Amino acid sequence: MKKSTFLVFTMPSFIMMTLFIALPLLIVLIQSFQFNQDVLETIERENCDPFGCKTETITVPVLDENGNKIKNNIWVGFQNYKNILKFEQLSSVISNDGFEWSKIRSIDFYKALRFTLTFTFITLPFVIILGLILALCVNVLINRLKGPIIFITLLPFIITPVIGALSIKWLFIGDGILTLFLENILDKDIALFSQGWTIEILMLFYRVWHTIPFAFVIFYAGLQTVDKEKIEAAFVDGANRLQRLRFIIIPHIMPLIVFVALIHLMDSYRVFDEIVGFSASGFRISLQWMTYDFLRIDDSGTRSIGRASATSVLTMIGIIIILIPVLRRTFKEQKEKRL
Amino acid sequence: MKKILVLFAIFTSFFFLAGTNAKACELNNSVPVTSLSAGFDAWKVVTSAMEECGNFTPTLDQEYRDKLVASLESNPSQFTMAGVSASTNVSVLDAGVTRPLDDLVAKYGDSLQDNQKIVIDGKIMAIAMMTNAQHLFYREDILSDLGIDIPTTYDELLKAAKVIKDAGVVDYPLGGTFKSGWNLGEEFVNMYLGFADSFFDGNMPAVNNNDGYETLKMMKKLTEYMDPEYLTSDSTYVQQQFQQGKIALANLWASRAGAMDNAEESTVVGLVKFASAPKAKKNGKPASTLWWDGVVIAKNVTDEEAEAAFKLAMVGLDAANLGANPEAAPWLSNAFDPAPSNIGAILTAKSGAAPYPASAKMSTLHGVLGAAIGDYLTGAATAKATLEKIEADYITAATEKGLL
Repeated sequence: MKKSTFLVFTMPSFIMMTLFIALPLLIVLIQSFQFNQDVLETIERENCDPFGCKTETITVPVLDENGNKIKNNIWVGFQNYKNILKFEQLSSVISNDGFEWSKIRSIDFYKALRFTLTFTFITLPFVIILGLILALCVNVLINRLKGPIIFITLLPFIITPVIGALSIKWLFIGDGILTLFLENILDKDIALFSQGWTIEILMLFYRVWHTIPFAFVIFYAGLQTVDKEKIEAAFVDGANRLQRLRFIIIPHIMPLIVFVALIHLMDSYRVFDEIVGFSASGFRISLQWMTYDFLRIDDSGTRSIGRASATSVLTMIGIIIILIPVLRRTFKEQKEKRL
Repeated sequence: MKKILVLFAIFTSFFFLAGTNAKACELNNSVPVTSLSAGFDAWKVVTSAMEECGNFTPTLDQEYRDKLVASLESNPSQFTMAGVSASTNVSVLDAGVTRPLDDLVAKYGDSLQDNQKIVIDGKIMAIAMMTNAQHLFYREDILSDLGIDIPTTYDELLKAAKVIKDAGVVDYPLGGTFKSGWNLGEEFVNMYLGFADSFFDGNMPAVNNNDGYETLKMMKKLTEYMDPEYLTSDSTYVQQQFQQGKIALANLWASRAGAMDNAEESTVVGLVKFASAPKAKKNGKPASTLWWDGVVIAKNVTDEEAEAAFKLAMVGLDAANLGANPEAAPWLSNAFDPAPSNIGAILTAKSGAAPYPASAKMSTLHGVLGAAIGDYLTGAATAKATLEKIEADYITAATEKGLL
């Protein structure tokens, strides 16, 4: 292809990516080194409400001639990162009490990081293995059943994540139907939302349930391209089902497994919907939830844009670190293929 | 074709019905007006009366505070008017997104009482319609069966809870709006004001002291008698626990009192009674804060829209409308006697509960409290560590905002 043709073809997507991906990322990066403050003044104000009048000394934002808050961006270096990572507190905890988790988890970032990592790495094998088993099962069904079964299997993936999380919460919270059912069977009083680990298990279960269809569809498509002759040849040579799976099918769909792993790692490292849907923030928080919480406006009408940006940047760095092994593998394979 | 005709007929009849509905309001509103407010019963009463005047679209959202300032800040404003509370009013005042209402009050506000006018530096900035406070809800039948007096202090409340628990008449003796976040923060604020007077020493937070410690300890004692899922329990959840007969005592919002006798939802009609919020210390003030809810009008709308909005608001706050629903809230109106369900809020105010100390500093502290206390209640952190964390988190947040 001529260089100019290549440029013309790629230019639109290049412009789009710069505009909608690179630029926002750059802005977030810049904001993470700033405090976004209102310019404030301390005034005396008389305030009358149903409970009486009082004059109070309060701090209020200064408004410009149009009545808008005057905003001020102050460069603060790594202060936002320091406020989140709290290395000093961490090192003092570790030097005083050793590696005691109950003390470390009082720093929100490490609490969130712990949950995010567990969440990501525990759901991954379940999604891949169960997705593959499902694909293998559906693949051997008679043709008439395949359509309806595939449709039903896809349902959890179609549901909006937050809605799915809410409906599972309502099945279990308080005297939800399933809690009552469990209480009946076990003859015990069960409160799944009264401690962290039960909510955590529910959230893990929900994510696996929700993502399996994605893995299933990809693997199922891959299974259609497996060379039938190879399978038959292996069969003639006396390879059993497991051996055929191990030596023919899995190597064949390996690129797809890597792909699913890649997408799942990225997605689940950004875990957020579950925390909101299961009202879990009292027990478990994730890195993305921290960003959201900093961005939430409080009653004074302000938000912590600086710390929100800093957690975003840290989340991005985290995702890149997690993806490095997978990406390196893909890169190597591509290189080998070219040779 | 026939189907389409039928559909068309159904549609037009809807419009026709809507048209006839509008007759219930004497004011014929022709200017489109929108509003954003919380979603509890009182707002339903007020906005549905306003809807009858036509061209009015309310948005009722319990999480309205998330979008309040941003939506009024835009030009033109996303909402013509908004419902605010004592605390969210500070955020719209600080942002300067609401307009003074003096001339509108002079023109159309004859029916308003003086205590409904929220006057900031001599200008009327909001019209209050009701007061609100968390106060004691109790199951009269259970207390009298077990021979328990109405608790007036939290120590008595705990004793009562123990008796109720031992008798096993309900699932859990206590309910509480302990959902982590704003609700949990509010519980701390209420209890702390039962022990102490001020959250701040100058600009620095002053909760890392004995009063803060007592507050946390009392909150933890209360949770021992609650549904163990208290960290997910908000006002609506506690209201439903009462309605379904699962709890016997709770400190709940006055705006939820009317729902106890709503026969469509409640299985305990007539059994729940109300009293002042209990005191934290024997001779102290009730551990509760007084709130008001009211109406503001956006600055970034035309004068014509503002006028229409104000006239609509006067229809919503009309004594006839509020008087038809006295149980929905402790309305600020002398035109009729308060409903029995309002007695708790009135007693709480009379026994000297403090108004919520709304300010930018307080909002920041409130957010920090709501996020930090959960770990203490679940046993993941000690009281000392929690109070230190509150102080440190406040300093971080306040420094970032430029308050320090």
